[in-house]
Amino acid sequence: MWSLRDKYAIAGVGYTEYSSKSGVTVLDLATRACGNALADAGLGADQVDGVISYTFNDSVPAMAVATGLGLPGARYAVDYQAGGNAANLVIQAAAAAIEAGLAENVLCYRAMNGRSGFRLGGGRELTARGITQHTAPHGWISYPQAMAMWCRRHMIRHGTTSAQLGAVAVTCRDNAALNERAMMRQPITLADHRNARMIVEPFRLLDICLESDGACAVLVTGAERARDLRQRPVYILGAAYGGGPNQGDDLFDAIRWPDHDHNYSRYIADDLWRGAGVGPRDVDVAEIYDCFTYSVIVQLEGFGFCPPGEGGGFVQDGRIARDGELPINTHGGLLSEAYIHGLNHVVEAVEQLRGQAGPRQIDGAEIALTTAGAMTCGSALVLRN
Amino acid sequence: MTAATYDKPLPPPNEESRPFWEAMKEHRLVLQKCGACGKVRHYPRPVCDACFSMDTEWMEASGKGQVHSWTISHHAFHPGFKGDLPLVLVIVDLDEGVRMCAQARDLDPEGLRIGLPVRVDFEDATDDLTLPVIRPA
Ligand SMILES: [Zn+2]
Repeated sequence: MWSLRDKYAIAGVGYTEYSSKSGVTVLDLATRACGNALADAGLGADQVDGVISYTFNDSVPAMAVATGLGLPGARYAVDYQAGGNAANLVIQAAAAAIEAGLAENVLCYRAMNGRSGFRLGGGRELTARGITQHTAPHGWISYPQAMAMWCRRHMIRHGTTSAQLGAVAVTCRDNAALNERAMMRQPITLADHRNARMIVEPFRLLDICLESDGACAVLVTGAERARDLRQRPVYILGAAYGGGPNQGDDLFDAIRWPDHDHNYSRYIADDLWRGAGVGPRDVDVAEIYDCFTYSVIVQLEGFGFCPPGEGGGFVQDGRIARDGELPINTHGGLLSEAYIHGLNHVVEAVEQLRGQAGPRQIDGAEIALTTAGAMTCGSALVLRN
Repeated sequence: MTAATYDKPLPPPNEESRPFWEAMKEHRLVLQKCGACGKVRHYPRPVCDACFSMDTEWMEASGKGQVHSWTISHHAFHPGFKGDLPLVLVIVDLDEGVRMCAQARDLDPEGLRIGLPVRVDFEDATDDLTLPVIRPA
């Protein structure tokens, strides 16, 4: 269990423009986002000695970014081979590294040309090699197809409906409309969702996240240090990473997962809340990993906002809107802001807790949840101001 | 059809999976069974996850099972499947206690449900490749 409650903080966030064609290299994106995080914090690059990232063979190594930023001595430069499940893990790891004395100020980033370069949703499983020899030859190739299996089982077991998926899509888009950096800002209705092209049943086009070029970066440092920097510190109250049994040979592989009607969130929730010392009812704003609309519903159940099977009902009737009981994905999420693999959720949570979210600000937000991952493993943070 | 004109992903069998694909060519479904504790496993793997034994036997599977979940894919994601749309993809809980995934044949999408009894059948894709498919029991 997380034992570092309030000892570490996020002191800076940075990001690039989110687009479908950045026109620059992934190294360029990563370096810019990190530089923006340092400027936001008011910390010089000469003070940074740790860099952590995660990559699906679509990014640049942490040491390259350390070099690009001219860091005098990166003592801790680590790359996780992981997907969106690691978006909160990197921040947990940064705090743990500082606690262990391995670094003092750590930049975490995710950078990708996810639309104009390597397209995660399109290409990863195209070749049958290793474990994919048992999936790709059948045409079972891409994440929307994989997640559709999970969603279908949830719908049958619990009566979850397409209209409930649509409520998530509409909410995210409503929020994105107020977010200058969001890629998709044109409001949509439940009817738009209902009429959207069917891609992989039960997912229509509006159930599936964007593909984006861009980068996000987060600066993690000790709580005391953070209080001396430019921005109001956002403290790491709780952090958890993991999943259940049989997490598979890669993110796609869930053939041995206990039951596709629930995901990693059920397994890490206790750890997260006990470490944070607060519970779901204390959360003012939740940035939930939304690679698919359905992913939000199953995580609301797993993290204890409602009982298993009731996530579909929970997202209806405005409950997850900005003025609802639990505002979610106030930036628009992966569905409407951009697909920066979950690190953009952390950026948004930090801006909310600093009161810097402009027209989409949740008044009085003090505690935020961020989650990362949708299948067999994932990570989450509880942040406070 | 020969592999040269086949435009879909071809499995490259390795040391662990070769017996599975060889049996497929003979229209037999085989699964790994631990030689020490008897636990059945799939996909093929080098070590038993119950007892860590590397003593592996291959057993004939019944080919019987039930639908665990499914999706109907209206998008190909790989050009080789464009002519086959929509794909009905099924995860099956085999009676032996493991799961596998394959395309369905002759399963009415409207009639699909969790627990629907199905059986594994075989389709020769190339001279060297036979794929499992799922049919109504
Ligand atoms: Zn064994």
